[in-house]
Amino acid sequence: MEKLLEVHDLHVAFSTYGGTIKAVRGVNFYLHKGETLAIVGESGCGKSVTSQAIMRLIPEPPGKIVRGKVMFKGKEITRYTEKQMRSIRGVEISMIFQDPMTALNPTLTIGTQLMEGLQEHQSIRGETATSKALEMMHLVGIPNPKERLKQYPHQFSGGMRQRIVIAMALICEPELLIADEPTTALDVTIQAQILELFTTIQAKTGISIILITHDLGVVAKIADRIAVMYAGKIIETGTKRDLFYNQQHPYTKGLLKSVPRLDLKEEQLSPIDGTPPDLFAPPQGCPFTARCPYAMEVCDNVYPVTTERSSSHRVDCWLQDKRAQQLLARTANQ
Amino acid sequence: MAKVILEVNRLKKFFDVNRNQTLQAVNDVSFQINEGETFGLVGESGCGKSTIGRTILGLYHKTAGEVLYDGEDIHSLKENDRFKLHKKMQMIFQDPYASLNPRSTVQEIISEPMEIHRLYRHKKEIKERVYQLLAEVGLQRDHANRYPHEFSGGQRQRIGIARALALNPEFIIADEPISALDVSIQAQVVNLLKEIQHEKGLTFLFIAHDLSMVKQISDRIGVMYLGNLIELTKSEQLYDHPYHPYTKALLSAIPIPDPEVEEKRERIILQGELPSPINPPSGCVFRTRCPMAMLICEQQKPPFREIAPEHFVACHLYS
Ligand SMILES: Nc1ncnc2c1ncn2[C@@H]1O[C@H](COP(=O)(O)OP(=O)(O)OP(=O)(O)O)[C@@H](O)[C@H]1O
Ligand SMILES: Nc1ncnc2c1ncn2[C@@H]1O[C@H](COP(=O)(O)OP(=O)(O)OP(=O)(O)O)[C@@H](O)[C@H]1O
Ligand SMILES: [Mg+2]
Ligand SMILES: [Mg+2]
Repeated sequence: MEKLLEVHDLHVAFSTYGGTIKAVRGVNFYLHKGETLAIVGESGCGKSVTSQAIMRLIPEPPGKIVRGKVMFKGKEITRYTEKQMRSIRGVEISMIFQDPMTALNPTLTIGTQLMEGLQEHQSIRGETATSKALEMMHLVGIPNPKERLKQYPHQFSGGMRQRIVIAMALICEPELLIADEPTTALDVTIQAQILELFTTIQAKTGISIILITHDLGVVAKIADRIAVMYAGKIIETGTKRDLFYNQQHPYTKGLLKSVPRLDLKEEQLSPIDGTPPDLFAPPQGCPFTARCPYAMEVCDNVYPVTTERSSSHRVDCWLQDKRAQQLLARTANQ
Repeated sequence: MAKVILEVNRLKKFFDVNRNQTLQAVNDVSFQINEGETFGLVGESGCGKSTIGRTILGLYHKTAGEVLYDGEDIHSLKENDRFKLHKKMQMIFQDPYASLNPRSTVQEIISEPMEIHRLYRHKKEIKERVYQLLAEVGLQRDHANRYPHEFSGGQRQRIGIARALALNPEFIIADEPISALDVSIQAQVVNLLKEIQHEKGLTFLFIAHDLSMVKQISDRIGVMYLGNLIELTKSEQLYDHPYHPYTKALLSAIPIPDPEVEEKRERIILQGELPSPINPPSGCVFRTRCPMAMLICEQQKPPFREIAPEHFVACHLYS
C-alpha cells in the first residue's frame, strides 16, 4: 500500500517562563492512502501539537520543530517555505480544529466562508463556486442549503456548525484530513451523525483521515489503525485489532480498563493511579514508569527500544524484552 | 421501603430572554430521590440538567411546582432556615478549573464553608479537619498550602469534593464532576465518589451527559430532553429495556470501546437538530426527531406514567 504521510522522529518544544516544554519527543508514524489513523492519549500528551507540526502551524515562538521530518506524497514538506505550505494547506491537507466555534468567522456568511478556499486556492468563483458550496452542504447533510448559504454562524446549532467546518475542510478535495477532536464538543446523538458522515465521505472520496480523540469508543467505531501517545511519545501503535485485543503496553491496558462499558454489567472501574509526568522535565526512561504496575529498575533510567511484534504492531516497553519476561516469570514463581 | 429525601413536584423553570420571549429550561418535571441513593440525571447539552440542580438548591427561583427536602419546601424557607439547609446540601461543579478561587490556598478553599457556618471555634480545629478531608479525597497534608493552578484537573476536582464534604452534608449535587477530566482520571474520581457515598451514606444527585459513566455510579437514572423528563427507572433496567425512542437512540449513539461489538451494533441515527427551548414543539417535545412519531404526538403532550414497576415513561407509544 502507498504511504501518503510519514512522520520521522518529530520533536517539538515550547519555550515558556517556566522553562522548555518538550511537547513532542520523537514521534514516528505513517498513514496509508484511504485509511483512518486514530491518535489517542490523555490531555496534554501532544496530540494537537503533532498535528500542528505536520501542518506547520506551531506558533513560532514560543514553539519550534526541533528535529524530525514529515514526508507527504514522498516530498519532505518540513523543508517547504511558508508559501509552499500555503499551497497545500486546505488544498491537499485540511485540518479541523479542536474548537469548532472558533473556526468560523461570526461576521461573514456561511457561503462566503465556504467559498473562500475555492477562490484563494483554485481561483474558482461565481456560479461554479456557489454550486460547489451547495454540493458540499448537501454532502454534509445541511437541509435547505440555498437559504443556509446566506446565513451567519450564530444562526446554526453546534452540530450544524461542525458540519460546515467539515464542509470547509473538504471543499478543495484534499487527500488528507486531520480532524482534532471533531466531535468532543458535541452531544452523542450529533456525534453519531458526524461519525457516520466521515464514513460516508471516506467511502465516496477515498480520503485519508488522522483522527485525534480521547474517546476509545469513537476509535473502535471508525479507526483502521491506532497510535497511543503518552507524554510526547507514541508508546504503542497497531491495527484496531492489535490494540483492542492484543494490547501490550501497560498504559494501553490501563486506558482500556479505565473506560466504562455501556454493554457490560457492573464491573468496578480500574483507574490508572497517579498523573502523567511534567513535560518540563520528562523522565529520561519510560514516562509511564511512575504509574506502571510492572515498572522495573531499567524503566526509570532508559527509554525502551521499540519492539516490532508484527509489521503493524509496535510497542515501546521493556516488558517486551526476553530478559524481562524471565524476570517476571521468576518473581511470579516466588 | 426507602425514605424519600428529595421530592421534585411538577417543577418549572422558565427564563425571560430577549423581548418577551420565554425559554422553557425545565418544564413540569417530577421525581423523587431516596435517602442514600445515587440518582443520575442525563441528557444532551441544554436540556435543563444544571437548571434543575440549581433550582433544587434554591440558587434559582422556581417558576412553578415545588421542591421538598425532607418534607420542607425549599423555596418558601426563611433566610435563616435556608442557611441551615445549605449546610446539608452541597454542590460539586463541572469545571475544576473555574470553580476554585485561584488566589486562595487549598487550606483557605476548604475552610471557607466551615468558617461561614462557624463550625469550629478554633483555627486549629479547622486545620485538622482540612487535613482529614484531604486524606479522605486522597490528597496529602502538604497540599494544603498550595494554590489550585499547581494541581492537575483530577486533583482539583478532589479539592472541590473535599470542600463539598467540609460541612458533613447529607445531600450532594454533583454537576458533571468528571466531564472535564481524562478517562483514566475520571475513573479515579468516580471511584472516590462511590467510596465516600458508601462510607457516609450520602445521597447523590449526579448530573452528567456521559451515560456510560452515569451507569457506573447511579441506582436510578432520569433521562431528560428539552426541559422534560422523558424516562426514569433503575440503572440496569434503563440499559436493558429502554422504552422511550429518545433513550433508545441515545443508548445506541454511544460508541462502545470494542470493535467487534461496535461492528455488529445497530445504530439509530436521529435526524434533524435539537429544537429551541424558546419555541419547543407542540405535544411531545421529541416528536420532530422521533422515528416513531404519530399524529397524536403533535397534538398532546404524553403523560409521564409508570408503565412497568418503577419504570416511568412519557411516550404515546405506551398509552
Ligand atoms: N502554544 C503553546 N505554548 C506553550 N505550550 C504549549 C503550546 N501549545 C501546546 N503546549 C504544550 O504542549 C503540550 C502538548 O499539548 P497538546 O495541545 O498537543 O496536547 P493534546 O494531547 O492535544 O491535549 P488535549 O487532549 O487536552 O487537547 C502540553 O503540555 C501543552 O501545554
Ligand atoms: N440564567 C439563564 N438565563 C437564561 N437562560 C438560561 C439560563 N441558564 C440556563 N439557561 C438556558 O436553559 C436551558 C437549559 O440549560 P442548562 O444549563 O440547565 O442545560 P444542561 O442540561 O445543564 O446543559 P449542559 O449539558 O450543556 O450543561 C438552555 O437552553 C440554557 O441556554
Ligand atoms: Mg488537543
Ligand atoms: Mg449543565
